[in-house]
Amino acid sequence: MRVSLSHALVTGISIALVSALSTMASADEFPSHDVQYVIPFGPGGESDISARLQQKYFEEITGEQLVVQYMPGGGGAVGWSQLNDKSADGYTIMGSNLPHIILKPMGKDVGFQTDDLNNFFYFHYSPDAILVRNDSPFETLDDLIQAAEEAPGAVTLSGSGTYSANDVANTRFQQLAGVTTTYIPFKGTGAAVTALLGGQVQAEWGYTTVAANHQDKVRMLAVATEERHPLFPDVPTFKELGYDMVGGAYRGMAVPEGTPEETQQRLSDIFQQINENPDFQQEMQDLGFVLMDVPLDEMPDFMAEQRQTYEATARELGLID
Amino acid sequence: MDILTYALGALSPLNLGLALVGVAAGIIIGALPGLSATMAVAVLVPVTFGMSPESALIMLGAIYTGAIYGGSYSAILVNTPGTPSAIATTFDGFPMAKRGDGDLAVTLSTLASVTGGLVGVLALLTVAPLLAQVALSFGPVEYFWLAVFGLTLISALSEGSTLKGFMGAGFGLLLSTIGVAVVGGDTRYTFGSQVLLGGIEIVSALIGLYCIPVLIDLVATPEAHLKIEEEQRGIRLREGLGLAWLGKLNLLRSASIGTLVAILPGAGGSIASLVSYSEARRASHEPKTFGKGNPQGVLATEAANNATVGGGFIPTLVLGIPGTPPDAVILGALLVQGFRTGPELFTTNASITYTFVAGLFLATCLLLPLGLLIGRYAFKSIITIPKALLVPTIAFMTVIGTYAIRNSASDVVIMLVLGVVGWGLNRYGFRPSPIVLGLILGPIAEQGFVQGFLMGRASGSLSMTFFGSPISITIIALSVLSVFYPVIKARWAQRRGRVQGDDSHQEASS
Repeated sequence: MRVSLSHALVTGISIALVSALSTMASADEFPSHDVQYVIPFGPGGESDISARLQQKYFEEITGEQLVVQYMPGGGGAVGWSQLNDKSADGYTIMGSNLPHIILKPMGKDVGFQTDDLNNFFYFHYSPDAILVRNDSPFETLDDLIQAAEEAPGAVTLSGSGTYSANDVANTRFQQLAGVTTTYIPFKGTGAAVTALLGGQVQAEWGYTTVAANHQDKVRMLAVATEERHPLFPDVPTFKELGYDMVGGAYRGMAVPEGTPEETQQRLSDIFQQINENPDFQQEMQDLGFVLMDVPLDEMPDFMAEQRQTYEATARELGLID
Repeated sequence: MDILTYALGALSPLNLGLALVGVAAGIIIGALPGLSATMAVAVLVPVTFGMSPESALIMLGAIYTGAIYGGSYSAILVNTPGTPSAIATTFDGFPMAKRGDGDLAVTLSTLASVTGGLVGVLALLTVAPLLAQVALSFGPVEYFWLAVFGLTLISALSEGSTLKGFMGAGFGLLLSTIGVAVVGGDTRYTFGSQVLLGGIEIVSALIGLYCIPVLIDLVATPEAHLKIEEEQRGIRLREGLGLAWLGKLNLLRSASIGTLVAILPGAGGSIASLVSYSEARRASHEPKTFGKGNPQGVLATEAANNATVGGGFIPTLVLGIPGTPPDAVILGALLVQGFRTGPELFTTNASITYTFVAGLFLATCLLLPLGLLIGRYAFKSIITIPKALLVPTIAFMTVIGTYAIRNSASDVVIMLVLGVVGWGLNRYGFRPSPIVLGLILGPIAEQGFVQGFLMGRASGSLSMTFFGSPISITIIALSVLSVFYPVIKARWAQRRGRVQGDDSHQEASS
């Protein structure tokens, strides 16, 4: 035990030395040392994977490291409720997720409000999609809708969590198609897709990313994108089929309250530059993500719009009056 | 033949060196309470981006293997399971250490981990695609019954009063409901406090319930932490090998249970080691010595939890569904490196997969020399450090470790409160294991039940959903057997006693 402690000490001291030296090197240009990137979820999820992909390009652009950390708990609430306690110098940024940051604080106290998060850039989303097994009798979305019309509530769809992106998608879909399904929440997308593969549910509310990961076993009936996803040219969008659904799980980054405007702008520019890199674009697309750019100056409008959409659904879910 | 080529690839000097460093680092991280295998792997992931995929995977597998094994040190020497899968190691490991056999316990744990690890890797190599299907046949209802079965193991595991065991488990179940519910999304029992919002983290509960009472007792009593033998006995390898040979059936059974249970995503190492522990005790001729320092108990749990390493990779690699939390991190690293899981990993990308499996194999073999070496050092430092230094060092580590789990000061507060509560309960005969078991199994049971209920309502037949599948019926039968086993066994013993009595009577009269 003693050996490990002394090792830890040595490592700690050397880290402190190195960071002190690099701080002295250049203080004028941001960033002049490592930036901490806190993911309010556990490792291995999509927030983590997309952050890991950004890491390399962040270093290419700035010459500094983007250090990914995790602060899981309460579906993101543990991290977001502590964001504004962190130092507001731009060297701590935190993953920000829609619809979580809008739906979580609705109607209850989870330690943060949607407005508490200073989002500076939103960079991609995992589009909602309905997935079935390869051998499913549902060949098209209409097949599924017809089954749900014949026996309301008999069609079961798994998804990740309650009041989550999947739950919201199911509620909106029921409204638009005028049908009733049974939504069964699971702990995370992994468990939801396991239930689909095991045949415990007939369909799953997932994302294009899930389909990309399990291409040999599942197919999608429709995806909630504006245009067909390049990875799945044969899968229609909900819009094509007459249902006005575009959305999914959006991901971006936020900084603590009081971070200087120019630092936020610089961060926004860096991440926009990453989004423009063709290699990054290809890597993200192969995993099933869809890139988008919401820089700092467009953030207020984007958030207001999203808020309106989700508030309507939240009313339907009974989250708020 | 191909596999051999890949195995040789894993043996390049660079890869060998990486595996060596990975295993050693894993052992040290795993041995520190609170620093888990998941964290060890997550910290390493960015480092591996600069390496070739083969080297990266070998190093990740090595640090994972080392960390799962390292968890046994703190379980044996300070009664604190470094990971949930080492809970059952404390049952016999710590009593062994207390009576001065800590060195032997560490050696046994090493031998068992190597055996278990090899069985798990062998299963991954040979029957992975077949076994992966098992993972899919477990739906929400089966998980619900599995959790119920896990809870019934308390009757087998709790020393002393079974009733107190069940009360402890009930307390654990209640603790598990704190925080934001996954299914339903309600905020429960937080009393408006931010501290409780994230729920009770299992590893911080482990540290609190197991380690803090030991620290309090250390301060409260004048005796040394562990009994020290005067003579130098080295690593007692010969004695350990002898015991392992005696328990070879036990080792194989536990390793098989570990592999099988690890295939079920979410159930993982903690259930695997508890099931194999209770099976070892059931099969033993002297079940009463379990929990008081029986070497076979250490062999059973450590064989099982290292078998989960290979077992957990079966659904991860074949289906893309991580079997354990560290698997999820490694899966993420694979995706970032541009690999897809699924059948491709065994065809087009076979070289990567088999190099990885060969790397796991290598790492498991390296456990033997490295484990014996580092284990001996850990044991020696624990017994030679004066108490006045040992207590603050461990106390410091518990706080740091708990904080590091999810960078949360709330977890530290929860850990300390649970520690004091656990110490108090211990004095009244309530052991920490049932409480932790309730905490781990509570969410599995609750989610399984609610999901099964929703499924049953949609299909129109609740009873068919809950009692219809053969797997469910089997698990229910096992649970019933597990609850009534002590009664049945007592009845048998009574009858046998009577028969023997008759025999001796006849002998006497003839």
